[in-house]
Amino acid sequence: MAVGSGGLQDKPWTDPKAQPFIRIEGVSKHFGDVAAVNGVDLNIYRGEFFALLGASGCGKTTLLRMLAGFETPSAGKIFIDGVDMADIPPYRRPVNMMFQSYALFPHMTVGQNVAFGLQQDGVGKAEIAERVAEMLDLVQIRALAKRKPDQLSGGQRQRVALARALVKRPKLVLLDEPLGALDRKLREQTQFELVNIQEKLGMTFVIVTHDQEEAMTMASRVCVMNAGMVEQVGAPAEVYEYPNSRFVADFIGTANLFDGVVTEVSSDQTRVASPDLGGDIVIGGGGAVAKGATVRVMVRPEKIQVMPDGSPDPGFNSAEGIVREIAYLGDVSVYHVELMSGKRVQFTRANLLHTADAPLTWDDRVRFQWHPANGILLVI
Amino acid sequence: MRSPAKSFSAVVRRLNQPGAAGRLTALAIPYGWLALFFLLPLLIVVKISLSESVMGIPPYEPILRFAEDAKVQIHLTFSNFGLLLRDNLYVVAYLNSVKIAAISTLISVVIGYSMAYGIARSPLRWRYLLLMLIIIPFWTSFLIRIYAMIGFLKDNGLINNVLMALGVIDQPIAIMYTPTAVYIGIIYSYLPFMVLPIYAALERMDPSLLEAAGDLGAKPWKAFLRVTLPLSMPGVVAGSLLVFIPAVGEFVIPELLGGLGSPMIGKVLWAEFFSNRDWPVASAVAVAMLALLVVPVMMFDRFASRYFRGRS
Amino acid sequence: MNGRLPWFAISMLVLGYLFLYSPILSLIFYSFNESRLVTVWGGFSTKWYGALMQNDALLSGAWLSVQIAFLTACVAVVLGTLAAFALIRFGNFRGRTLFAGMVTAPLVMPEVITGLSLLLLFVAMEAVLGGPGRGMMTIVIAHATFATAYVTVVVQSRLGQLDMSLEEAAMDLGARPFKVVRVIILPLIWPAMLAGWLLAFTLSFDDLVIATFTSGPGAKTLPMEVFSSVRMGVSPQINALATIFIVVVTTMVVIANQVAFRRRA
Repeated sequence: MAVGSGGLQDKPWTDPKAQPFIRIEGVSKHFGDVAAVNGVDLNIYRGEFFALLGASGCGKTTLLRMLAGFETPSAGKIFIDGVDMADIPPYRRPVNMMFQSYALFPHMTVGQNVAFGLQQDGVGKAEIAERVAEMLDLVQIRALAKRKPDQLSGGQRQRVALARALVKRPKLVLLDEPLGALDRKLREQTQFELVNIQEKLGMTFVIVTHDQEEAMTMASRVCVMNAGMVEQVGAPAEVYEYPNSRFVADFIGTANLFDGVVTEVSSDQTRVASPDLGGDIVIGGGGAVAKGATVRVMVRPEKIQVMPDGSPDPGFNSAEGIVREIAYLGDVSVYHVELMSGKRVQFTRANLLHTADAPLTWDDRVRFQWHPANGILLVI
Repeated sequence: MRSPAKSFSAVVRRLNQPGAAGRLTALAIPYGWLALFFLLPLLIVVKISLSESVMGIPPYEPILRFAEDAKVQIHLTFSNFGLLLRDNLYVVAYLNSVKIAAISTLISVVIGYSMAYGIARSPLRWRYLLLMLIIIPFWTSFLIRIYAMIGFLKDNGLINNVLMALGVIDQPIAIMYTPTAVYIGIIYSYLPFMVLPIYAALERMDPSLLEAAGDLGAKPWKAFLRVTLPLSMPGVVAGSLLVFIPAVGEFVIPELLGGLGSPMIGKVLWAEFFSNRDWPVASAVAVAMLALLVVPVMMFDRFASRYFRGRS
Repeated sequence: MNGRLPWFAISMLVLGYLFLYSPILSLIFYSFNESRLVTVWGGFSTKWYGALMQNDALLSGAWLSVQIAFLTACVAVVLGTLAAFALIRFGNFRGRTLFAGMVTAPLVMPEVITGLSLLLLFVAMEAVLGGPGRGMMTIVIAHATFATAYVTVVVQSRLGQLDMSLEEAAMDLGARPFKVVRVIILPLIWPAMLAGWLLAFTLSFDDLVIATFTSGPGAKTLPMEVFSSVRMGVSPQINALATIFIVVVTTMVVIANQVAFRRRA
């Protein structure tokens, strides 16, 4: 459910003539012998809601801090709006950041916190008052302007931090795990709010998160990082449906992976012999691999259907197994099925009926299938 | 290898980082001060301990001298250290200081731990007052507290008066000017330095750890031995170093409370310097004391830099 | 921690506080003694306080000590705050280990060594540079050197608790480094700096050994005066002085704790 790309129907990253707003060229950052960020190239366009997604220690925060100017790249260049940022200190960058800890100044009131950035620019008193009020209205905490940070709840602090980062109308807003400290309900609510604010103000947002759902919900594009390097960049649906590596397939959503060897490549399909599945797998599309190559086929759990009568549709891939585990999640249930080969396959089914009436239970033998178009070929 | 041009540009880049010039000054001022007024003086002590004593001002031979052919001559002598080993006075004072400091530290650990434990376990409304009563002596003049100890320990002092009034003794016990007085003085003076770190360690402890230990079947004393005690060890170590190290070099306490029977090295150094005016021997005594304290001081440094760095 | 206190801990607490306080309380008690003999009660009197006010040596010593302590505290707060800053914020710069060692070692260094080594330095400086002459200034330098260690510890632990991203946030919002220090860091650490100042003042005011080494002719601090008078024997005037001192310190500690307590609550 990507709601974030609303302001960007034209998808500038698909247009080769579009000028990127941020250019990250071959950027690396070493801490001692450790490469936190390793040769990253990225283009980010004006008005994007761009998510850097990865596990902790993948380098996403370091990359963000280099954009803010808190870290200097060991190699490579960063351009924001065409300007090389190498010699520009944080306080002169057209960038504001929302910190993971919020970093609210504890000795200042909410109003003073939000006004701080404008004061540094020498904005007049009347204008500061006006813009602070406007911003506090936008994030709906105007009533709290006189309070100190330690008198606020977590959600309120998060809003102050956001207002403080937005009030200077920066060209670029950086958000470091902005929702990490909120509980789940509040987080989901705030995700939509953030996107609405971003669209309303038309700023470029770069967000760092380890939560793939959060990234998918908000971002126009997601950049999956691993061990300091970019694994894949693309719109949420693209990254989910067409992961380009096992890492991305596993990191975003759940993946069933079947190892095998390519036995046949034609213009419209590829055939893989997979001992894991105990048979052949057919994948739509072809040409990407050579015959004899060792590959891995990825299928998402929700793409797998159960055949109650045991006979698959023609042209579908299918196999049989025994239900070993069922996880009931309310709206859906997740089934773990063990194949003859010992391999376990996961699939989900919507709980259309009350569970008491569920047709599938432990130790049932089931046959399942998926359409060739739903298998993704990953080269090992 | 980096080329000089490259490392130069690295330096320039460093200096261009936000606030680099400010950082450099902020570091250079205390660094320079401590190098000049802490490190250099210690080196001078080492140097003078190796030079010969002469009559005059200053009363020592320079080690470096420019001879007529403009060559530097180095006069080094270990005779001062030889004297320390030969003369029984120094060896006895040295060993005596270590013994007194070590025993005082041990007794302080026992008293200090019990008090810190008592404070940490006491009800919240009491704890504040009890802690303040530890802090007040900590801020009160050291000299005045030693002076108070004289009035406490002497033949017609408080202790003897109370004991005689109670009929426990009929003759005053001589405590003043004995090694016992020195022990009491050191423990009395340094006890707050023992209580506070141990208390801090105990207070930081998560109380649910003890509940967990109890839940897993540990009796209270076992839980104390297996959980509380190990977790408060950093406090015990810090407190012990804070008592032991200054106690070794203590001058005022043995001077005012102790007699001739228990010489301590700090007192010997003072006498060499002020009475005998033998600066090289006084320096040699200082170097010997430093050699003894180098390990505990480095332990303390290690400990402090980890402990005081805080959780950033 | 809660629960019942074991009897052992209670009795150790009682004995411990008795040990810490009975000498001080008896000293205060006898400061109001009419008799010259410090331990024989001769009736209530405040005459020793009057005599103290007439004692020029002690009074001028006290004045000198106040000046020295004031200057020491100011210098030590500047040096200690800078040092704490360097240790907490500058990462692993070259020479950090030596620096950290030089900062913390004076905390435990025996006073006789600090005193002797600084005196030898001052003598060498006089020989080479012709100054500084020994007296008040050399005592201030010596005291500031070891008091800096204490200030560093106090400020360092406060700085360590500060979220580093506060400074980054200020810079990110356009404040230059100097301004970040002025409007963000100093307002947040001044209580620690004040505590450090008071500690440095007290340590300096209290010091006998280092002052004796580094002082010159004519500069006799209060502890030096007290020490020579105590060496002569116990005197009720010193009892009176000690009582005043203890009352002042106790009041200050109570006030400081109240302030700290209220800030936290």
